[in-house]
Amino acid sequence: MTAPTPPRHDVDLLVIGTGLAGMAAAAMAIRRGLSVALAGAPGESLFASGLLDLLAVHPIKDRRLWDDPFAALTALAADEPDHPYAKLSRPDIEAAFAAFTAFLGEIGLDYHGHDGKNAMVLTPVGTVKHTYRVPAGMWAADHGIRRTPPALIVDFEGFKGFSSAQIAQTAGVFWPGLAHVRLPFPGGRPALYPEPMALALESQKNREELARALSPHLRGREMVGFPAVLGIYRTRETLAALTGLLGMPVFEIPTIPPAVTGLRMKAAFEEAMVRMGVATFFQKLVLGVRAESGGFACDVGWNAPEAEVRARGAILATGRFFGKGLVPHRKGVIESVFGLPVVQPASRSAWHGEHMFDPAGHGINRAGLATDSRFRPLGSDGQAAFDSLYAVGSILAGHDWTRQKCGAGLALATSYAAVEDFAGRR
Amino acid sequence: MRTTVLIIGGGVTGAGLARDLALRGVACVLVDKQDVNAGASGGNHGLLHSGARYVGSDPLAARECREEGEILRRIAPHCVEDTGGLFVAVSGDDEAYVADFPDLCAKSGIAASRLDAKTARDMEPALSDRLIAAYAVADASVDPFKLSLDNIGQAMAHGARFLPWTQVVGFRLNAGRIRAATLRDAANGREYELEVSLVINAAGAWAGRVAALAGPHVDLVFSKGTLLVTQSRITDRVINRLRPATDADILVPGGTVSILGTTSVRIPDPDDCRPTIAEVDQIIDEGAAMVPELNATRYIRAYSGVRPLFGKTSAGSGDRAVSRGFALLDHARDGVENFVTITGGKLTTYRLMAEKAADLVCAKLGVDAPCLTATTVMPPYAGGRWTEPGLAPKKWLKATDPTDAILCECEMVSKSVVDDIVRTMPAASPGTTLLSIGLRSRIGKGPCQGGFCSLRVAAHLYDTEVVRGDQGLCEIRRFLDERWRGVHPILFDFPLMQAEFQEAVHCGLFGLELVPGDETWKEDA
Repeated sequence: MTAPTPPRHDVDLLVIGTGLAGMAAAAMAIRRGLSVALAGAPGESLFASGLLDLLAVHPIKDRRLWDDPFAALTALAADEPDHPYAKLSRPDIEAAFAAFTAFLGEIGLDYHGHDGKNAMVLTPVGTVKHTYRVPAGMWAADHGIRRTPPALIVDFEGFKGFSSAQIAQTAGVFWPGLAHVRLPFPGGRPALYPEPMALALESQKNREELARALSPHLRGREMVGFPAVLGIYRTRETLAALTGLLGMPVFEIPTIPPAVTGLRMKAAFEEAMVRMGVATFFQKLVLGVRAESGGFACDVGWNAPEAEVRARGAILATGRFFGKGLVPHRKGVIESVFGLPVVQPASRSAWHGEHMFDPAGHGINRAGLATDSRFRPLGSDGQAAFDSLYAVGSILAGHDWTRQKCGAGLALATSYAAVEDFAGRR
Repeated sequence: MRTTVLIIGGGVTGAGLARDLALRGVACVLVDKQDVNAGASGGNHGLLHSGARYVGSDPLAARECREEGEILRRIAPHCVEDTGGLFVAVSGDDEAYVADFPDLCAKSGIAASRLDAKTARDMEPALSDRLIAAYAVADASVDPFKLSLDNIGQAMAHGARFLPWTQVVGFRLNAGRIRAATLRDAANGREYELEVSLVINAAGAWAGRVAALAGPHVDLVFSKGTLLVTQSRITDRVINRLRPATDADILVPGGTVSILGTTSVRIPDPDDCRPTIAEVDQIIDEGAAMVPELNATRYIRAYSGVRPLFGKTSAGSGDRAVSRGFALLDHARDGVENFVTITGGKLTTYRLMAEKAADLVCAKLGVDAPCLTATTVMPPYAGGRWTEPGLAPKKWLKATDPTDAILCECEMVSKSVVDDIVRTMPAASPGTTLLSIGLRSRIGKGPCQGGFCSLRVAAHLYDTEVVRGDQGLCEIRRFLDERWRGVHPILFDFPLMQAEFQEAVHCGLFGLELVPGDETWKEDA
């Protein structure tokens, strides 16, 4: 008995990876009218905070925070010519953010921000996070941190790892008027995990119960902060209804990942991809790639090939170690799909510093794929490895996104540039 | 403040001394500049030696190990897991040493029974198929943290006091006697005097520094030993390589994990003691000759201890040649009548060391009370019980209390256990609460190495008003940096994925690397 031939899909562009960079690449490609196939395991997006950083810290060893991310970009490009941002112009980056937030708005996830200026949100350990575009649910925190009106932080009995007392105490250093309260979660069921809590708050009955329980605590308060559980699929409605019931602005504080903020993006994105006619292979991997004249032939599946995708071009958005785009063995780092050369420190002794919070960051964080000016990864000869293969997002060499606070911006802007380049060649 | 005896150093020797003196009715205060087992006592295999390891090099030490092992099994069986041990040689190992081994064991009175290779591999399937000899001995594993905490617990029950995070920064001497010690509280930097009749310096690798504060010179060399913790338990028994002691020749089971080591590297400064990548690679390569799956297993962390070795070695000879026995120094010979140093030695013989030191102290004080530590049962101490793997989950499953949330999901440590530890531990100084809780529990010791549990425990400490202000940022940072010390040399494969995720959360989202003000973690490390 011979195995049936896997179904074949012919597309313009194959996007490998379903994290933020893969999402952005697929969205940008659809926007340019390309036919798209998309394959990847769950992706790091499940762990995403929902915040879209551009750039907030440079140089990292000086811990210098920037209010204006574009001024920071100019300084970064001058100091770090190998940083992926150094290959991009301000109009490209702005266009990438505009296109992606417009796409998110179309799929029900509204974003806000200041023109040319970083915003501020509160974290669950009470620190302030500087970011560029903020989900609607977290936006009021920016005003709160800047103006520090009397506010109330709420948490729920049984929901561990999120303490309103902690936030009020820690953030109290710069926001003295913070009160806090712990309430039973509405609906009569204990709150343990963010997903069922967020689903429960999509019901008006539960929101009313919550508002009633809160009302004695609102006297003299001007805004209310909650853990980020205000809905998953109907966040717009949930936020508006709760704001209306409480009669004051409401903001969300991210929770320890994996969190609802990542789930919201993943759910809305996956639904949109199917709706928009993308050949989706969620929870699948690219098991084998053959470069052919005019593009790639890829086997897609989990353990065995389940489909063959033929594409004129491919975008590698597989992420770093956590996303499994890069695999760190004891003797060195390899790239997992194409076996591309990885720029990396000479030996493991240069991978990490002795302190986790070393302000200079760790050497391995800047390992990754080198590309030409069009974001095509280089082969061992220093030339683009394939004519129509692009690499985008965190897998690129030369950045330290966790310290520079530039992960989302890299994903969006490099995806935008890669798609524009590919689409422009038709 | 005044006490009869000040004991400096909260390792197992100091803890054993506090118990010994307290049982004899001598008032004492035990201090440590950090917390329990901060030095060599916390950086070892947790191996209760049968003595067979030393039959070739140090027959007296071998005999002491055997006797002390038997005593410890009687007085504190709850600290000991009587695993038994094997000595194994693989092809290529020194056959002359193998041939001499049974006679040497017999001379030291240590039971060692020969096994054929098949029997040994049936007992321990992880052993190499290149086995050429195997002997069964009475090795066991011991929980060094429980051991020290239980010693301190019984000492406190008999009137002793324990002050962690308290450093001795000077002595007031008069007419050849120490009259008082100046103590510094790490929490607030406050200094105060403790008047004393006698001081015992049990500061391990730091004994030379403590002695110098009163004048005497103590000649120590420092030997760093690095060990690796595996994610799962690889063998049931202690596995020793049957060859003259060298690197990476012991694999010790400890609860749900195994511990592989150790190296022996001379270091100039006991404060500069970190496991390195080169040592980790060497340990894995050597250990795999004995137990091949050590090449492929997942490691949780590495750690190093610094052995204080007494007396200078001649140039060129290795530190293993320096005595692993202990040194008891009466500083009367240096002109300080009421000052004693005890250093060196082994975990297995800690009680004997404490007994000898306490005998000398009592003679100096004119106290005529016999040592009771070999015959008095040492009960489990409430503040020490949560270091045991599996105890916290057992309690949680039994209680079935829905409000008692699990804070550490790797090791299943719940809120009520954290509350119990906070209730029973000495007051921590701000910034060290999480560290102290980690020391007294399994929190941070599972595969996540503190990435999640640090946040959940910190949140709970705010809820219960144990931690205030922005102290939590410092707590989380210090705790994670302490864990980093151990994961840093094994950051490849899965641990690196984990570390990257932690950086994404703790730096990317929380910006903890940007928190100003608290740089003390750098000096502490």
